[in-house]
Amino acid sequence: MTVTQERATVGFGRTLRKEDARFVRGKGTYVDDVVLPGMLHGAMLRSPYAHARIVSIDTSQALAHPKVKAVITGETLQGLNLAWMPTLSYDTQAVLATDKVRFQGQEVAFVIAEDHYSARDAVELIEVEYEPLPAVVDAKRALDPDTPVIRDDKEEQTTNRIFDWEAGDRAETDEVFARADVVVAQDMLYPRVHPSPLETCGAVAHMEPATGKLTVWTTTQAPHAHRTVYALVAGLPEHKIRIIAPDIGGGFGNKVGIYPGYVCAIVGSIVTGAPVKWVEDRAEHLMSTAFARDYHMRGEIAATRDGKILGLRVNVIADHGAFNATAQPSKFPAGFFHVFTGSYDLQAAHCKVTGVYTNKAPGGVAYACSFRITEAVYLVERMVDLLARELDVDPAQLRMQNLLRAEQFPYTTPTGWEYDSGDYPKTLQLALEMAGYDELRAEQRRRRERIAAGEKLPEMGIGVSFFTEAVGAGPRKHMDILGLGMADGAELRIHPTGKAVLRISVQTQGQGHETTFAQIVGNELGLPTEDIEVVHGDTDQTPFGLGTYGSRSTPVSGAATAVVARKVRERARIVAAAMLEVSPDDLEWDAGGWQVRGDPDQRKTIQEIALAAHSNLELPEGVEGHLDATTVYNPPNLTYPFGAYVCVVDVDTETGQVKVRRFIAVDDCGVRINPMVVEGQIHGGLADGIGMALMQVMAFDQDGNHLAANFMDYLLPTAMECPSWELGETVTPSPHHPIGAKGVGESATVGSPAAVVNAVLDALAPYGGRHADMPLTPAAVWLARQGRPLRTDLAIE
Amino acid sequence: MEITVTVNGTEYTRDVEPRLLLVHFLRQHLGLTGTHWGCDTSNCGTCVVWFDGKPLKSCTMLAVMAHGHEIRTVEGLARNGQLDPVQQGFIECHGLQCGFCTPGMLMTARALLDTNPDPSEGEIREAISGQLCRCTGYENIVRAVRWAAEHPAGTEVTT
Repeated sequence: MTVTQERATVGFGRTLRKEDARFVRGKGTYVDDVVLPGMLHGAMLRSPYAHARIVSIDTSQALAHPKVKAVITGETLQGLNLAWMPTLSYDTQAVLATDKVRFQGQEVAFVIAEDHYSARDAVELIEVEYEPLPAVVDAKRALDPDTPVIRDDKEEQTTNRIFDWEAGDRAETDEVFARADVVVAQDMLYPRVHPSPLETCGAVAHMEPATGKLTVWTTTQAPHAHRTVYALVAGLPEHKIRIIAPDIGGGFGNKVGIYPGYVCAIVGSIVTGAPVKWVEDRAEHLMSTAFARDYHMRGEIAATRDGKILGLRVNVIADHGAFNATAQPSKFPAGFFHVFTGSYDLQAAHCKVTGVYTNKAPGGVAYACSFRITEAVYLVERMVDLLARELDVDPAQLRMQNLLRAEQFPYTTPTGWEYDSGDYPKTLQLALEMAGYDELRAEQRRRRERIAAGEKLPEMGIGVSFFTEAVGAGPRKHMDILGLGMADGAELRIHPTGKAVLRISVQTQGQGHETTFAQIVGNELGLPTEDIEVVHGDTDQTPFGLGTYGSRSTPVSGAATAVVARKVRERARIVAAAMLEVSPDDLEWDAGGWQVRGDPDQRKTIQEIALAAHSNLELPEGVEGHLDATTVYNPPNLTYPFGAYVCVVDVDTETGQVKVRRFIAVDDCGVRINPMVVEGQIHGGLADGIGMALMQVMAFDQDGNHLAANFMDYLLPTAMECPSWELGETVTPSPHHPIGAKGVGESATVGSPAAVVNAVLDALAPYGGRHADMPLTPAAVWLARQGRPLRTDLAIE
Repeated sequence: MEITVTVNGTEYTRDVEPRLLLVHFLRQHLGLTGTHWGCDTSNCGTCVVWFDGKPLKSCTMLAVMAHGHEIRTVEGLARNGQLDPVQQGFIECHGLQCGFCTPGMLMTARALLDTNPDPSEGEIREAISGQLCRCTGYENIVRAVRWAAEHPAGTEVTT
């Protein structure tokens, strides 16, 4: 690898990525790059209706296609008891529809043919007769008495209600509100968005008839969880299932769950005896795979006249689509939404979340959300801005007044979270300084005076947000996915020559695990990063763990890696003691070796120790030799990264066009293993924030037709919409994490949308608008300026 | 239909369906999987290759239209084992994360620098504005292209 800039070769610091050598040459191996001898190709027939009864399915013409090998329908799967599969939230989801279709784009039949084009041709030859039913599109009306029941497949389901869930103390909160000087309320929608990794979902399934071994190369962020679910659902022995997540072209939570296409590829391979590849197209991806958000929220904030925030009250209607297929810890149907008290010192808080079915695609926890924290942070950060408007105080100053102080940590929130560490005012202060906040406000005043005097200029807006994340799920007594505890294993082998192989359960979808996890080992053992191979993404080669999502890799598997490396170090100590003929107690660890305390000449490097550990050196009674170790890490608590963001926008009030002029982000994610990678994660999340705040929404018409099923209608930010990001950092280590790291993958996505929206509404303040829902498209901004907020998710009017 | 296409300097003759997309020809018929497919609507740009020296979204063209023409893909970017400076720049500046958009970005970046060896940040952003990246927020892609502009000969050491 080329080395031209400062580079840490051992341990933490800016280190170029090992992964990049293959990617820049076009030598990555993504699922669609996997080609096996005799491989067949699958294609999916999907429902054109959002809600319809299936009268009949005729596959005869498709089967007559000369290149078609098989057609699988719900009826075929019923015979295998596979027509329905469990979701990760204890619901069921149709693999292929049998009775009804429940969203547009739902899977109806699966064709297997000799090539990709023929499979898609044959899909067109299947004839399905539907009897259309009224579609439930507006989540706020899903519980109306005259609304059709979507899940009539479930006997106990007589309405579209999935759950009611509460957190916090309602009575105490009501009492706080009763004695508050000021209460501000606001309805707001965090619209349905889609993570849209550039690689769509797919799988290559190969059931080897001779061995009975099923191997699945698939776009998964959680290969071990997938293996266990396949074993439970299909009745296949778990040791005969191997899940491989090869290179993954972005995940963002979209690739956590199991999709019908994966199951169909597996069934297809079993039925045909050949490997089957299925890769969906972009429209299929946008219409059927895991969306995010879709939270209809009503927030209320209570405060004293002089700006002390007292309490928060929130009611949510959560649109979960046709199947409850969120992926979150069982105890928490609304994820971690109850961190909605954010970064502030409140007296009481309460939330109630009602989950409902609608005739839309399932999903809900995806898109770098840390289990609904994105919605929670957006809510509280909008409410604080609305309070500032009501009190006529500066929103940054109001935040500074109410932020938790360093001495309050560890801090237990009114809804029960124990924040591990933080110094919030310091972080906000740094962001305001980097932004030149006072000068920005002065510029804004001057601008407004000129506009008031008749000059045609864009309005200028300044938005601030502060967020607290809760990541690294999680302590197994509180957190599991479908009964699987969220602890992660790690295995570390040290070869005789001192080279190492680390095996971890999490894997990269771009985060750079092959580099950063090697750095963690290097930091503990003094081994150069290039001497450590990280093996991941293959269930036959790695220990069990729950996967890469919710920013959990560094907090959980990163901790496991540090712990297993420390175990190796302790094993090395015994060997070193035998080599030096001293007691292990006489040794101290120093930069890659054990040495006699006070006598650095009496020293053995880790490489020398590794060789000796495999040699005929006589070891004390009961010591096994070799240095290899394994561990399972069960986190004692979540970690709580945080940050302060400032966004500056220019808004053309005549066209509604918003230009993000500057974006300042100060993140505190604890200790940074590789600052280059951390900053890259933040950059990506900030672009996401701009996309969600200004461009992205999955809208539907009254029949449940998807209005954003391609990249011409579902707008993602390009290099033109993104400013050059200005990053800063503070470092408050997590006290309970072995290396003090907190995780950062989702921080910027969580924290940034509110800053952008606050900035745009700040720009529109002279026109009186208090709130407008995302995305703040030119049309939405223009209407907000006229005091006519636009509902962006529905095209019903 | 029989077509002959020169890809990365090698001439290939294949019998293909008239409707076959160029991106699928490269990936499925020639095994050049460095060129990716991402959207169907020419929005994402993961499929960008060079067509007679100019960047082109290979999902917008039929393979038969490439008959008699020259294609260059990411696999043909390095010369004699020496990475192109844009490839080095993407590594140096962390211009990629998942790597899926990278081949298309690299091809566009090389084409930009061939016509404009010293592009401004704005010119780089405009050049890549027809392509999406979901990981990097574009910042480090812009820096990577600038790095390549500042190191036209790359660096001496490569893998």
